[in-house]
Amino acid sequence: MRVSTDQVWEWLEAVPDPEIPVISVVDLGIVRDVRWDAETLKVIVTPTYSGCPATSVINMDIETALRDHGVEHLKIETSISPPWTTEWLSEQGRAKLEKYGIAPPQPAGGPQRCPHCGSKAVQKVSQFGSTPCKAHWRCTECMEPFDYFKCI
Amino acid sequence: MTHDEALAQFLLRMGDNTLILGHRVSEWCGHAPVLEEDIALANIALDLIGQTQMWLGLAGQIQGGQSADDLAFLRDAWDFRNVLLVEVPNGDFGRTIMRQFLFDAWHSIVLEQLQSSADDRVAAIAAKARKEVAYHLERSRDTVVGLGDGTEESHSRMQGALDYLWPYVGEMFAVDEVDAIMTDAGVAPNPFDLRAQYDALIEKVMTKATLTIPENRFAHKGGRDGRMHTEHLGHLLTQMQWLQRAYPGASW
Ligand SMILES: [Zn+2]
Repeated sequence: MRVSTDQVWEWLEAVPDPEIPVISVVDLGIVRDVRWDAETLKVIVTPTYSGCPATSVINMDIETALRDHGVEHLKIETSISPPWTTEWLSEQGRAKLEKYGIAPPQPAGGPQRCPHCGSKAVQKVSQFGSTPCKAHWRCTECMEPFDYFKCI
Repeated sequence: MTHDEALAQFLLRMGDNTLILGHRVSEWCGHAPVLEEDIALANIALDLIGQTQMWLGLAGQIQGGQSADDLAFLRDAWDFRNVLLVEVPNGDFGRTIMRQFLFDAWHSIVLEQLQSSADDRVAAIAAKARKEVAYHLERSRDTVVGLGDGTEESHSRMQGALDYLWPYVGEMFAVDEVDAIMTDAGVAPNPFDLRAQYDALIEKVMTKATLTIPENRFAHKGGRDGRMHTEHLGHLLTQMQWLQRAYPGASW
């Protein structure tokens, strides 16, 4: 069975990121290519951070999803070049992140506003947060801490 | 020495630096003075171990089919090619942060250069790692400044850390046959040529941190060529490798 690659992309849009399940692996911009190589479907995935423990889980989730849709010959390849950048995050993904309480990345290097109350009075606590892709910030208006999806 | 032999040594040096420092930093997990620092150190360790997988993965491929895990867990102390700086024990939090800054400063400069390596595989790893290391450097630099220009206690500890670690800095800029082959082939920069940029960065930050850089340029060596590691590396390996040594081939 050789389904169209558009169909495969649609299926992948339903595979959630294991650490931030509100966005899909496609929203995250880590699926770089989907193509048929004779009878084998090739999915090219790039890691977010080189040590991110979610990478192997993501590959497994992609494989499970595509097998469930009946793809028999499947090969997931890892590519590190060009390196992943937060610029590949989809517009839809950015909106979903903010709604979920994670400030989306900004070119300026810090969150635009608090994802809880919308205040611009925000402060960096640490460049590092609960997962490799996030930094730890706080809002001085509503006093809540929040995650910022940091630029890379 | 052939090109591939030199390339494998170069890759082991890069990967062993990140592996051993990554392991050292991970020793803080659950022990750092505050939660934010614990999280930051664990994330830095994670990045370094991830970079290790790429460097050692490529080294193993060139050497004929070993995996990054084989190289990490099945070699003995004399086979490691990391600089001595990364294997010294953590000491107090100040010494850990100072070691991190002294390494991050070198790491960011060398990765920047390696991005334009004549070997595409090396350039790709460097481009990926560089983005992560920019955050490591930002944090270690700011923390060195914060603690150096902090209380009397934190200042004296940071000065003590700098005095203790400074003799380990020179090894990062040493040059031998491996480096000569890599430089000639356009794979890697000449380590010595990075020193001026490094010194400028260190001086700027230490001035801000109100710390005094020792004048003595004596350098402990023997890590990156494997000639003589400190006794600390063996102790570290007993922790890092015990599972594969006790249960060879064990996997998840
Ligand atoms: Zn708020």
